[in-house]
Amino acid sequence: MTELNKVNALVQYAAQIGDNGLIIGHRMSEWCFRAPSIEMEMALMNCALDLIGQARELYSYAGKAGGEGKKEDDFAYLRDEQDFRNLLLAEVPNGDWGDTIVRLFFMSAYNKLFFTALAKSTDAELAAIGAKSLKEVTYHLRFSSEWLIRLGDGTEESHRRAQKSVDDLWAYTGELFTMTDAENLLLEDGISVDVTALKAGWDELVSQILDQATLSVPANNWAQSGSKSEGRHTEHFGYIITDMQYMQRRYPGCEW
Amino acid sequence: MVEPVTKAQKNFDPAVIWAILEEIKDPEIPVLSIVDLGIARDVKDTENGQLEIVISPTYSGCPAMYMLKEQIKETLTNHGYPDPIVTTQLSPAWTTDWMTQQGKEKLEAYGIAPPEKTSQNKAVLFGGQKKISCPRCKSDNSEQISEFGSTACKALYRCLDCREPFDYFKCI
Repeated sequence: MTELNKVNALVQYAAQIGDNGLIIGHRMSEWCFRAPSIEMEMALMNCALDLIGQARELYSYAGKAGGEGKKEDDFAYLRDEQDFRNLLLAEVPNGDWGDTIVRLFFMSAYNKLFFTALAKSTDAELAAIGAKSLKEVTYHLRFSSEWLIRLGDGTEESHRRAQKSVDDLWAYTGELFTMTDAENLLLEDGISVDVTALKAGWDELVSQILDQATLSVPANNWAQSGSKSEGRHTEHFGYIITDMQYMQRRYPGCEW
Repeated sequence: MVEPVTKAQKNFDPAVIWAILEEIKDPEIPVLSIVDLGIARDVKDTENGQLEIVISPTYSGCPAMYMLKEQIKETLTNHGYPDPIVTTQLSPAWTTDWMTQQGKEKLEAYGIAPPEKTSQNKAVLFGGQKKISCPRCKSDNSEQISEFGSTACKALYRCLDCREPFDYFKCI
């Protein structure tokens, strides 16, 4: 492994934030033609589009920062599983509507706090992407919160299933607040966000919505991690990039 | 037109360039030009005298941006301004406040409710749903069907008086 310096740390950092958007965006796009109603389908696709758009900006910046002429496509289509450093939460399968909503809700609550902080980065480009993305994820948070309240405070079955989604996904939320070596290095210059400082705000926001949804915050605080720091993914990840990268692997350099 | 001040020009008249940019319409909302939408931010020339157009994307994932860039290049080339550079500027982030008054009027006439006056109004998470007036019958008696409409920039509403569904251009 090459030693960490401020250049490759920045590349890693921008790409890693991009990975979150690309992977959860791809997951949400899997709902296309399958959502419960056309309005919900459009809503999910719009959110997915925002997230993938953010990923494109971040990958382009990572390519520029690296100075090796890499383009956004190199990051999305030509890296292997271990190179992706998205949060595990982003890659878990869609499950039922409740699982998808809870995953988007946990992620959006995080993204809202994260991009608010990134907008103050000393790196002008990251700050610009942060400010732009913040507007978009604020909508995602509202959309997913409203749905979570509707499901939790709905019928007996929707309540039971929403609580199960919260419980099942809870173990993936601990990783949101872990720091990589690259993040720690960039934090010295105020480039990266100290995500450990976001946890209290996230806990408060999440428990407030779960409370309105008549759902309980899981007591179990055991956290699964491994992807963000080391590229160790769930068994589901390989299938995502197989699907997503097929065209570029089969027909290198192909364009629309 | 509320546009940023353009710097001193050498090889072209900015007013002419702005007028040409008016010809370029949003592919999803063909009544609005990129000037009406506030996507076109600046017209300037680079150090080597090339024409440069600065644009700000509406939404990060807006699929129209690539097409608009190509159209800007093509339209300017056709008007005798070859090889213009189109630069994307993310900061400050695009806001519906940049939409011109004329743009808002065109939008309403086209059947899309224009964004409310200002996006600076930071409502709380569920800050009471706004009453959007129906672009057809002008009634304020409307309700939101979905936060997201046919494109990322629109939400779907329904008029409770004339019963017509309509798009609302969201404030961001």
